[in-house]
Amino acid sequence: MPKVTYVQQDGTETVLDLPPGTTVMRGAVAAGVRGIVAECGGNLMCATCHVYTGEGVDGVFPGATDDEDELLDCTAEPRRDNSRLSCRLTLTDRMEHLVIHVPGAQT
Amino acid sequence: MTPGAEGHGGVVVVGAGQAGVQVADSLREAGHDGPLTLVGDEPELPYQRPPLSKEYLAGKTSAGELCLRAERFYEDRGVRLFVGRRAVGIDRRLRTLTLDDDTVLPYGHLVLATGARPRSLPVPGSGLEGVVNLRTLADAQELRRRLDAVRDVVVIGAGFIGLEFAAACRAAGLSPVVLDIADQVMGRAVSAPTAAHFAEQHRLRGTRLLMGSAPAELVGRDGRVTGVRTADGVTIPADLVVTGIGVLPNTELATMAGLATDNGVVVDEYLATEDPHISAIGDCAAFPDPRGEGRIRLESVQNAADQARCLAARLTGAPRPYDALAWFWSYQGDLRLQIAGLSAGHDHTVVRGEEQAKGFSVYCFRASSLVAVESVNRPADHLTARRLLADGVPVTPEDVADPGFSPRTHLARTTDPERRALA
Repeated sequence: MPKVTYVQQDGTETVLDLPPGTTVMRGAVAAGVRGIVAECGGNLMCATCHVYTGEGVDGVFPGATDDEDELLDCTAEPRRDNSRLSCRLTLTDRMEHLVIHVPGAQT
Repeated sequence: MTPGAEGHGGVVVVGAGQAGVQVADSLREAGHDGPLTLVGDEPELPYQRPPLSKEYLAGKTSAGELCLRAERFYEDRGVRLFVGRRAVGIDRRLRTLTLDDDTVLPYGHLVLATGARPRSLPVPGSGLEGVVNLRTLADAQELRRRLDAVRDVVVIGAGFIGLEFAAACRAAGLSPVVLDIADQVMGRAVSAPTAAHFAEQHRLRGTRLLMGSAPAELVGRDGRVTGVRTADGVTIPADLVVTGIGVLPNTELATMAGLATDNGVVVDEYLATEDPHISAIGDCAAFPDPRGEGRIRLESVQNAADQARCLAARLTGAPRPYDALAWFWSYQGDLRLQIAGLSAGHDHTVVRGEEQAKGFSVYCFRASSLVAVESVNRPADHLTARRLLADGVPVTPEDVADPGFSPRTHLARTTDPERRALA
């Protein structure tokens, strides 16, 4: 089962074991991880599940589509090279341990 | 200013939908550590409604993925959760809430987040087997089951729910008929250009839209629906009829407790009722329009979640009036609609973008002031429009009509402090 560590700006960590098929966003929302708002519920219509990807994420997810790319220009915290919308990051059983950094603000 | 959040049973929330769960979450997040109880009348763990008419029906989402929070969340946060229990009475003097199994819950502060229920179709035959509403997970489960077996689907009401359901029917290989007494789809919720585009696109994709058409009777055989007879005497065959003709706020509990209601539980700008120990939020609350006149009631995730956050802040000592910008979304097959602001009463629209290609946005003005922006397949426009409207950035019809107009550039130019200082 993939393990995801969510790291807040203050360094607080939440570690979740998540079933394959769910997304980094859904896992966070269901557990009440602070800072992942996901206003639209994962429909690629807002930019409030913005995350910075960390260790273990390189090359494991498909790249951002044009729609995601456009929305990443509208995030509350600055876009960086490792910015993604976590509703697009679907976990598979090939993934082991991912580190996700949660930005300070989403709106 | 808000008595009782800490004492006498803490906070009790009636209604475990988007508003109820968010207020519990935000209260704990803000450090409220008193007792916190959430009561919902549906049997499931609290869940999200929007996917019910969309990806859940399309089979893309399982019931388990719909939950707003995992079960552990409530345990970890010390939220006492009662599901499948209906609140039946409030004693304001003793400050207690009674449930349908005679459980009596004392409260220091009571939050009414009771939501709304579908309006039932006021014509003969609406009780026939095969006539279904779409509001709850149980409704959606029934519809998902039936979609495999039905042939002729009629949707009554061309609002968000009706059109979303029609798109789900098409995805299941059906050709639904949608009828509505109004002349334009999505009623008064959207501008004429947006409504016209959606009507055309639904027709192109195989939905038969009968606008200006009222159902007179649902006809059946052996207790099962077989058709919808319209006011002009035509009978449309149907083995499944789905009604989506709006909702009514659940105000009975408030009324029984002697609280004022007026198309919703009446609250002030702090979302407080006349009883300092009772507040109301979400679909059931009639609140002062922060950008207009009078009281409004909104049915949306945004309204539920933002009112919940606003109330949680007041209950933990940081009161502020509710002034969030309203926004909505709907997606109907491959058509994604996002609305920022309230377009009611607009007198002018300017359309930007190509209606047939990637997408477009409709800017709605009232007396030359921007009041709402509707975006179709243009999420970046929508997000920028929300900032323009929320910050009250001046936008005129002339600005938008300028061939070089871009909402992002406009926002950057008008909010850049250096430029503003020069102006």
